Amino acid sequence: MTAETLLKVEGVETFYGNIRALAGVDVEVKKGEIVSLIGANGAGKSTLMMTICGSPQARVGTVTFDGQDITRMPTHEIARLRIAQSPEGRRIFPRMTVYENLQMGASLDNQKFFNEDVEKMFALFPRLKERQFQRGGTLSGGEQQMLAIARALMARPKLLMLDEPSLGLAPLVSKQIFAAIKLLNETQGLTVFLVEQNAFAALKLSHRAYVLVNGSITMSGSGAELLANPEVRAAYLEGGAH
Amino acid sequence: MEYFIQQLINGLTLGSIYGLIAIGYTMVYGIIGMINFAHGDIFMLGGFAGLIVYLLIMTVFGGAPIAVALLCMLIVAMVTTSLWNWSIERVAYRPLRGSFRLAPLITAIGVSIALSNFIQVTQGPRNKPIPQMVNSVYTIQGISISLKQIVIVVITVALLAAFWYIVEKTPLGRAQRATEQDRKMAALLGIDVDRTISITFVMGAALAAVAGTMFLMYYGVIVFTDGFVPGVKAFTAAVLGGIGSLPGAVIGGLLIGLIESLWSAYFTIAYKDVATFAILAFVLIFKPSGLLGRPEVEKV
Ligand SMILES: Nc1ncnc2c1ncn2[C@@H]1O[C@H](COP(=O)(O)OP(=O)(O)OP(=O)(O)O)[C@@H](O)[C@H]1O
Ligand SMILES: [Mg+2]
Repeated sequence: MTAETLLKVEGVETFYGNIRALAGVDVEVKKGEIVSLIGANGAGKSTLMMTICGSPQARVGTVTFDGQDITRMPTHEIARLRIAQSPEGRRIFPRMTVYENLQMGASLDNQKFFNEDVEKMFALFPRLKERQFQRGGTLSGGEQQMLAIARALMARPKLLMLDEPSLGLAPLVSKQIFAAIKLLNETQGLTVFLVEQNAFAALKLSHRAYVLVNGSITMSGSGAELLANPEVRAAYLEGGAH
Repeated sequence: MEYFIQQLINGLTLGSIYGLIAIGYTMVYGIIGMINFAHGDIFMLGGFAGLIVYLLIMTVFGGAPIAVALLCMLIVAMVTTSLWNWSIERVAYRPLRGSFRLAPLITAIGVSIALSNFIQVTQGPRNKPIPQMVNSVYTIQGISISLKQIVIVVITVALLAAFWYIVEKTPLGRAQRATEQDRKMAALLGIDVDRTISITFVMGAALAAVAGTMFLMYYGVIVFTDGFVPGVKAFTAAVLGGIGSLPGAVIGGLLIGLIESLWSAYFTIAYKDVATFAILAFVLIFKPSGLLGRPEVEKV
């Protein structure tokens, strides 16, 4: 990979009150890459995702996107640079229909490509098409997960960030989602930054990966390298491959 | 029977005014979880704006057809009152966002006092009368309906339809609902949350200004304290309908209007406000989520 850098996180420290959740994180994502971030519960993975989006903002360090310093930018302006996130907990708008949730995803372009894109999403997740007039809050967990990913894709992102996309999904569906991510990456060059509990699937899918422990990056390398690494295997792949 | 129907008509007219004010309470509560106690004074401000425009039309332009005059009053009142509410939100409420829950509430009470005193000082403390603008009365089988009442109900219905369309069908309304349901997620999707909240204050103020102008036209008089009692009644309407619910605000407004006029008709008029506030107390005790509200007790 000799592609140019899309996202660069340098020395980022993020605090909740006085508690330091990120202790100087450096991460780089190049255009066209799939990069994953693995780590134990409470390591700070979701915090890093949200810090990139400016909510909360980093207290120390810088976040650069496409050559632009976005560390102090408000969240909605960062989103307008086409960083889309399917956040932890999915955050579906509960009293909006599936269709309206997808329209919210297409806010950046004022729905210009909505009709075209929504068909793609329905092809990717036929379940959402069946449920399009149902309120988001009444969807099953897995359906909400599909909707959160589809909503992020509706923004036509340059960088797609997925926080535990396979959480709560049946193995078959999560396989489909990983396949869809791979396809979008290969055919459209979509750049993806991914947090996963399912470290095996994530490492297999990713070009590169980082390991986050207690708010610091302790290891990084290609997906295959980390898969073969005994420390990683012991800490994150114990229990075997899914 | 005629008497009863007559009171129903009066009640619906009054209820339209309360409903329009109640929407402002409920929308602001929905989007930032704050009871805007200054909203009643925003309504009163709208009434004064209408009055000033009326006087200007009469003295400077030497009068105008009633419909034109009324339209000018409504438009100017909506614009000036919206600007006021927009500025208030920017100056007094936004800096407190994210601080403890009572801070904006206390500030709103302060703003309420400031607004009514401002009007008292600049417009004088006495009742400000306005001549009957539309005084035709139609009598059908012993029931009289004034043109005033028809105008009020028609304007209310038209505004509610437009308002419903904005909230349910436009990108702006969608952004408002998204901000209400999950502010952080709305921002992650590129919605400017601060701007959306500002627009909510503007919309609430515009509706309150229309209510204020119609109140002025209906009663033919306005005074600087008029923000208080109608304000609290509209707040009661919002709570009765279920605070946070837009249809609830309208239904609550109509119910309060009906209760007030029926109570005045069949019991004693001196206690009509007591009746309304007793309802507020009962709703808060027995069904705090109101008729159409979601049971979100932790927000109250
Ligand atoms: N809003 C908050 N206020 C205070 N502390 C927080 C907040 N959010 C997260 N934390 C703390 O920050 C640390 C990192 O949390 P984070 O959610 O980023 O972990 P994570 O790696 O995503 O974990 P998981 O795998 O469980 O999702 C945790 O110790 C957590 O308790
Ligand atoms: Mg997490």
